[in-house]
Amino acid sequence: MNIPNLSNELQHTVSPARTHLAVRDGDALISRRTALQSVAAGLASIATTTLLHQQSASASDVTESPDKTHHRATAKRVLFLCMRGGPSHVDLFDHKPHLQSVGSAQGNRRLLPSPFKFSRHGDSGLWLSEVQPHLARHVDDVCMIHSMHTDLPNHPQAFGQMHTGSFQFVRPSLGAWTLYGLGSENENLPGFVTINPPADFGGARNYGSAFLPAICQGTKIGAGQIPALYKNLLRKEASKTPPLPHLSNTRMTPGQQREQVDLVARMNQAKLRRDHYNPEVQGAIDSMELAFRMQRDVPDVLDLADESKETLDAYGIDQGPTDTFGRQCLMARRLIEAGVRFVEVTAPANWDHHRLLKTQLTSACETTDQPTAALLQDLKSRGLLQDTLVIWAGEFGRTPFVQSFDGRDHNNQGYTIWMAGGGVKGGITYGETDEFGEKAVVDRVHIHDWHATILHLLGFDHTKLTYNYAGRDFRLTDVHGEVVYGIIA
Amino acid sequence: MIHGQSVRFRQASRFPQAIRLCIAVALCNSIVAVAAEDQSQHEAFFESKIRPTLVKHCYECHSLKHDAAEGGLTLDTPAGLLQGGDRGPAVVAGRPDASLIMTAITHADPDLTMPPDRDPLSRSIIGDFRQWIQQGAHDPRSNDVATDQIASVSGMQARRWKNDRDEFLHWAYRPIQATPPPSIAGQGWARSEIDEYILARLQSNALSPSPDASPSTLLRRVSLDLIGLPPNASQRHRFLRAVRNSDLDTAMRDEVDRLLALPQFGERWGRHWLDVARYAESSGKESNLTFPHAWRYRDYVIDSFNIDKPYDRFLVEQIAGDLLPASDEQQRAKHLIATGFLAIGPKSLNEMNPRQFKADLVDEQIDTVSRSILATSLACARCHDHKSDPFSMEDYYAVAGVFYSTDTRFGSSIGPESQIDSDFIRLPTLPQQSIPNHSFSEREFTKLISKVGELKWEKRLRMAQAFWARWTGKEPGMYYSLQDALRIRWSLGNLDAKLKTVDDDGQALPLAMGTVDGRAPRNVAVLRRGELSMPGDIVPRGFPAFYDSGHRYVVPENQSGRLELARWLTDPAHPLTARVIVNRIWQHLFGEGLVRTVDNFGSDGQTPSHPALLDHLATQFVAHDWSIKWLVREIALSRSYRQSSDYRDQAFQQDPENRLLWRANKRRLDAEVIRDGMLALAHRLDFCRPDASLVANIGNRPVSIIGFDKRVAADLDGSRYRSVYLPVIRDRLPDAMELFDGAEPSLVTGKRQTTNVPLQSLYLLNSEFLMQQSDALAARIQRYARSQTDRITLVIELCFCRAAEPDEIRIAKQFLGKQPDVRRWSEYCQALLCTAEFRNLD
Repeated sequence: MNIPNLSNELQHTVSPARTHLAVRDGDALISRRTALQSVAAGLASIATTTLLHQQSASASDVTESPDKTHHRATAKRVLFLCMRGGPSHVDLFDHKPHLQSVGSAQGNRRLLPSPFKFSRHGDSGLWLSEVQPHLARHVDDVCMIHSMHTDLPNHPQAFGQMHTGSFQFVRPSLGAWTLYGLGSENENLPGFVTINPPADFGGARNYGSAFLPAICQGTKIGAGQIPALYKNLLRKEASKTPPLPHLSNTRMTPGQQREQVDLVARMNQAKLRRDHYNPEVQGAIDSMELAFRMQRDVPDVLDLADESKETLDAYGIDQGPTDTFGRQCLMARRLIEAGVRFVEVTAPANWDHHRLLKTQLTSACETTDQPTAALLQDLKSRGLLQDTLVIWAGEFGRTPFVQSFDGRDHNNQGYTIWMAGGGVKGGITYGETDEFGEKAVVDRVHIHDWHATILHLLGFDHTKLTYNYAGRDFRLTDVHGEVVYGIIA
Repeated sequence: MIHGQSVRFRQASRFPQAIRLCIAVALCNSIVAVAAEDQSQHEAFFESKIRPTLVKHCYECHSLKHDAAEGGLTLDTPAGLLQGGDRGPAVVAGRPDASLIMTAITHADPDLTMPPDRDPLSRSIIGDFRQWIQQGAHDPRSNDVATDQIASVSGMQARRWKNDRDEFLHWAYRPIQATPPPSIAGQGWARSEIDEYILARLQSNALSPSPDASPSTLLRRVSLDLIGLPPNASQRHRFLRAVRNSDLDTAMRDEVDRLLALPQFGERWGRHWLDVARYAESSGKESNLTFPHAWRYRDYVIDSFNIDKPYDRFLVEQIAGDLLPASDEQQRAKHLIATGFLAIGPKSLNEMNPRQFKADLVDEQIDTVSRSILATSLACARCHDHKSDPFSMEDYYAVAGVFYSTDTRFGSSIGPESQIDSDFIRLPTLPQQSIPNHSFSEREFTKLISKVGELKWEKRLRMAQAFWARWTGKEPGMYYSLQDALRIRWSLGNLDAKLKTVDDDGQALPLAMGTVDGRAPRNVAVLRRGELSMPGDIVPRGFPAFYDSGHRYVVPENQSGRLELARWLTDPAHPLTARVIVNRIWQHLFGEGLVRTVDNFGSDGQTPSHPALLDHLATQFVAHDWSIKWLVREIALSRSYRQSSDYRDQAFQQDPENRLLWRANKRRLDAEVIRDGMLALAHRLDFCRPDASLVANIGNRPVSIIGFDKRVAADLDGSRYRSVYLPVIRDRLPDAMELFDGAEPSLVTGKRQTTNVPLQSLYLLNSEFLMQQSDALAARIQRYARSQTDRITLVIELCFCRAAEPDEIRIAKQFLGKQPDVRRWSEYCQALLCTAEFRNLD
């Protein structure tokens, strides 16, 4: 669909080198073209055509459709809790008794013992430090990968690599690939939503679509648009208006607006025909159509008013430090429930603890622990956890060594992330770092491997989920990546 | 060109470094032993044939020293060569067929062609490599670079960079070298030297440039690029007539000259600099208090672009305006305002520790100065020697001393949200000066003064009482509680904020943000790990060692050294300053820079697509007295700029990113241009500059109080000024700026992002602003044209700067119906403003 002339389409369709997924691309493309042509002829509205891989399935159709994927998917959507800054794995997850001998040194570097007590939890007996008491109740659902590693210990590069596989080039993000592969479950919502993404560390690149169709990029629900922030800033009750502006038209009925949107689509379509190839125009067509349809569903999805007091309390909403992240998580759950494929939440906590590790890490956990646990519980009790992959990850971990008396430096050579639901084994750990937690040594998992595994859970062979751009097949994992079968249930 | 290189991740080895070295050293030893007898001969061969090629073609991406290891491969040590990268050993001694380096340089595998993006090496070089490997791949280099690479001794790295500069220096730190334009086959296409460089690269890649864009397309492009506003119908007709009557060259020259002379040029191009200068009118971060006087800097920047102030002068004023001699008070005021550049950055005003605040302030200044002017950040060297660029901690603290010796005045007072007290810069009083802050009546003023006296008295009294209480064993808090202390502190701060803006008679002062030299200039100590608590050696104030200007700029003992820093930065031979700005300007006219990472010329940035052209333009730019308008004109009049943006299948397959510029880039318009364009079409744009800024009128207060004030929002959308004059409040940008990727005002933003998301469409469909402009546009066309067809034709011409297509008129009529009312016309106009064509440029 990236090279819109017919001979190319046919090539796509018949090329033996491409997978059935790619063939489906060709089909989708032709069907979309046909539909758009019919619009141009004034025959029909394009309401049913624009989303990426949407076929005849209805919006609420969440049943397994093996022809969509390479193999049976165990995860149908992803909820990514993004912890920017590099959370200290040796103070949160990766218990290292060797580290605790005070004042010990490793070479010429002095170790910093963790100021937190570790203990075992759940039936699985996973180790967790005392700062995450809420998560401790859910360890049996959690799979901890202790042997993560990434290429560089700098925030922007590592953050970019975590999101796109590349720290160097502009490449589609994990969410964009997911949406590209699976299409949208709800035609009235963006398929990829990112809540409060950081403006730095690469900014929009981390939820961008690069050369994938523009409709695959994440829709940002930004800082100023979260009710909790209105509340904090104004020091008064949260605004009753929806957290996204411009969601309804004051002048036209939906029917009238439909006519207007169709007119815009016809003009855009004409422009696209004149230009032959113009992804920006194609993106504009898709996003205009989606915008029109979002007006119907988004206000309800983002309005927390119908949530029970118990739910709000569980997430820690209106309860001091947990309020913001609690709202974000609850909103994320509502989006997931409504059929958004990929929801990313960037926690309002900074995990970059070069100094004052004890206080700062405690406070970061006070912000995030309870809402995270509530989210897991909520997804579970709604039956969503089984096919929703929850990810908790930062761009790297921290060294076991002391920095500035009471902090730790960046560590890309070994760190922990965890996942839950969506077909990963619960209550297990995978891989190991060395005795101090500095380097991953057993069953090492590189970012590419991790990405390959996520795609596997979503039903894709990461070597076959490709996009042909300018004569070359691109994939999330480039030429790397091994699926980590050991964590798959 | 994207083949191979651009998708292969640069990857650190997945082996722990120590193991890697052990293997490597072991292998290396055995080879050295075998080779002992022929050593000198082999060494000579290596040094004359192999090393120069490795240095020239490979080290840039495969060097431990460079910290560059594409595909996990480093080639600057024997160990790296033998161990190889992700794909395996680069060299297998004695077996060229099994050596990946041969596969790569012979382009035998289409997925592994080295050097990437360039023609293959010559046959004789390839032959040399084959012979060298055949004979055992003797490598006399040492593995030293690997072991000392990890060491992080202050200054060491920079010295090493300096010593090895010929061999290893990253392109951006090498001197600018002007080479004559390459010879090109065929005459007639090129209009300037720029075109000769562009065409030569295209030709050597068997590509041809695209034909000229149509005159209408070109007019829209140049108009949006130069002044940020679409041409109107009569301008279009005049231009088309000019093309007919003379030729495109002449018509373009006249048009470009006309546009360059308009005051809107400065508003458009000043905004580009404001992006880089992270201009904003509030402190951002946690407390986010307004900067009511920041707007003067904004106006200064716009004026500077309009009078074509030489770029070197522009920089010197911004960094050291207060230290420059001034011919009169007016010039003096401008110089002071210019230093706002250093003062408007984001600040943590609620930082309790003033030393930490100062350290962060200095860091932000160093980061902004280095990133904006040099496109590389010195700030990383705050805590460690830069890993991949030639900046040591000594460099950092030498520059830090300059800013530590500077008094940055951003005007803040103590309050619940601010722990930091800072003055304003008081400007000379000038005739017809705009002073948005208010004077006090005599009564008000007296009241303020007496209130200060009362509070101070109360404080003293309460402290004495508390002291007495403690002495007599009573509870001191009874007399001086924490609440009392805070109340008095904040009240005093509040009064102080008011008094800071007036003179001793309560009359409003002309104020600005900026810098002056501190009372006692000083050198500072290296802080190990960047921590205040870990001071090391004191470093004299100075400038990064990578560019040695030959001691021409020496920091005087009794001054901060900002003036000398500015002179160092703007030294005509400085390798970065001219290249960086030339590249920025190129980007604004072509959509992409010659170096695409416009804010990062460092070793992890991208390399220039046309290095010789970049150096040519940088040289010429300096020779033309650093004139921005000269450069803009030069580029806008080139044939390369004039190319059509049409898709060409074969060229696209070969160069999809258009690195070689075989066509013009299609671009999404900037947020300001979209908004201004709508206002202009609606005939509602107010071309005047507003007096000061909305933020100035609101005054000094937390954004949390004004941020969501309905009146403010209404005023943002209701404002008819050009968007560059909209208030820039950190974390609270006007809708159109936020949604259409306006620059994030807390970061140096040389290149804006381009997103294409439904929230933008929602804004276009439903916002009040769009409806206002659509109504006005509908009214305009109804006024100027009678028949339905005429109106449709006119509005299409206005929106897209081209003639309407018959099909468009038909579709429009279908939509409008027989007797469209005003509302229907407005809905039609809105649809045009919603189109991709309106917000994109061909």
